[in-house]
Amino acid sequence: MTAPQTINTTPTDAQAAFPPFDPTYFASQLFWLAISFVALYFILSRFILPRIGGAIEERRDRIADDLDAAANMRDQANETVRAYEKSLADARARAQSVAAAAKAEADAEIAEAVREADARLDAQQTESEARIREARDAALKEVRSIAAGATAAIADRLAGLDVAASEAEAAVDAVRKG
Amino acid sequence: MRVRDTKGRGVADATNPIKQFEINPIADLTIGGLNLSFTNSSYFMVASVVLVSGLLSLAMSRRALVPGRYQSVAEMLYEFVAGMIRSTAGDDGLKFFPFVFTLFAFILMGNMLGMMPYFPAPGFSGFTFTSHIIVTFALAMLVMLVVVGYGVMKNGLKFFSIFFPSGVPPILYLLVTPIEIISFLSRPVTLGVRLFANMLAGHILLKVFAGFIVMLGSVGALGVLGAAAPLVMVIALTALEFLVAFLQAYVFAVLTCIYLSDALHPGHH
Repeated sequence: MTAPQTINTTPTDAQAAFPPFDPTYFASQLFWLAISFVALYFILSRFILPRIGGAIEERRDRIADDLDAAANMRDQANETVRAYEKSLADARARAQSVAAAAKAEADAEIAEAVREADARLDAQQTESEARIREARDAALKEVRSIAAGATAAIADRLAGLDVAASEAEAAVDAVRKG
Repeated sequence: MRVRDTKGRGVADATNPIKQFEINPIADLTIGGLNLSFTNSSYFMVASVVLVSGLLSLAMSRRALVPGRYQSVAEMLYEFVAGMIRSTAGDDGLKFFPFVFTLFAFILMGNMLGMMPYFPAPGFSGFTFTSHIIVTFALAMLVMLVVVGYGVMKNGLKFFSIFFPSGVPPILYLLVTPIEIISFLSRPVTLGVRLFANMLAGHILLKVFAGFIVMLGSVGALGVLGAAAPLVMVIALTALEFLVAFLQAYVFAVLTCIYLSDALHPGHH
């Protein structure tokens, strides 16, 4: 039964000085606010914020460094690949040149052998031809003397003329030339 | 202290929505005739300072390259405030980073501590120092002093070009300039009152509905049933008040950044 009475009295109590507008503790609030705020500002700006900012900065730097290192490694790998490809191409070119040289050598040898064979054959041919010509000349000489003999014999038999061998030969020559 | 009053007074205190804003001295201190007593308000301010710096340094104690949970939160808070400054005042606003961060953290911690109905403090009751206009107004005045002080120091008389927005026909300055001056002068008032009124109204509302639960609960069985409605309301309001507690700290910090932007670049108004 006492409760309603006190409920009725306390609001009037409070209304007498609504605490947020009660100036009794204004100075105290301002004083302690100043102390707290300045202290917090000092602690945060001196110690804590640089620490947080430093950690973030450090991480950012580290990530950038790692990215740089990765890029370097990629460049290096590309360089290695390029070197490998270059040496492969060199080896291939060298193999080709070796093969070409071997082929050229073989070709030269073949050409040499062919030339030698040709020369030998040519020599044999000229020799054979010379022998043939000699034989023919000899044969022709014999034909002349046979013809002259035959002429002298024919003249002796038909006309009873004794023809000298030299005359017979001259007659044969004249007929052959005519 | 009134907590130790008679039983009837205690029930009345429990349902009195204004009671939570009362300031009680813990240790008396008078300097030069001024009452500078260490009160529950001072206690919560100091607690905020200790908690903000303590929690942040604890979170950063390992300072790992790959952050843990707490370090992530600390860094998120850091990046959040830095991003806020960059987006509103530009990169050169970052010289005010410690100031804005301190404001934000201090108000946020104060609002959040105020959300605790009971707190390990003398009297065991919670208190919201941001629900007192003198505190919020002082913080707002501090912001305006920094803005005007830095603005005049950096730009000289050019700082006052914020009262003469560019691209306006000169004849209109007769109309526009008084409006700009009034709006500038009302900034500390709106900045302070916004935070104060939000915290005050929210806490009164919470307490009123909580008081309904106590009053209905003492009526009888039907009253206990009826108390469910304000209970649901209090739960919903508590969630809302947590949002408001964060939002008002954020709004205060963002507006500080916008005002600082005026001091940094008075031309771009």
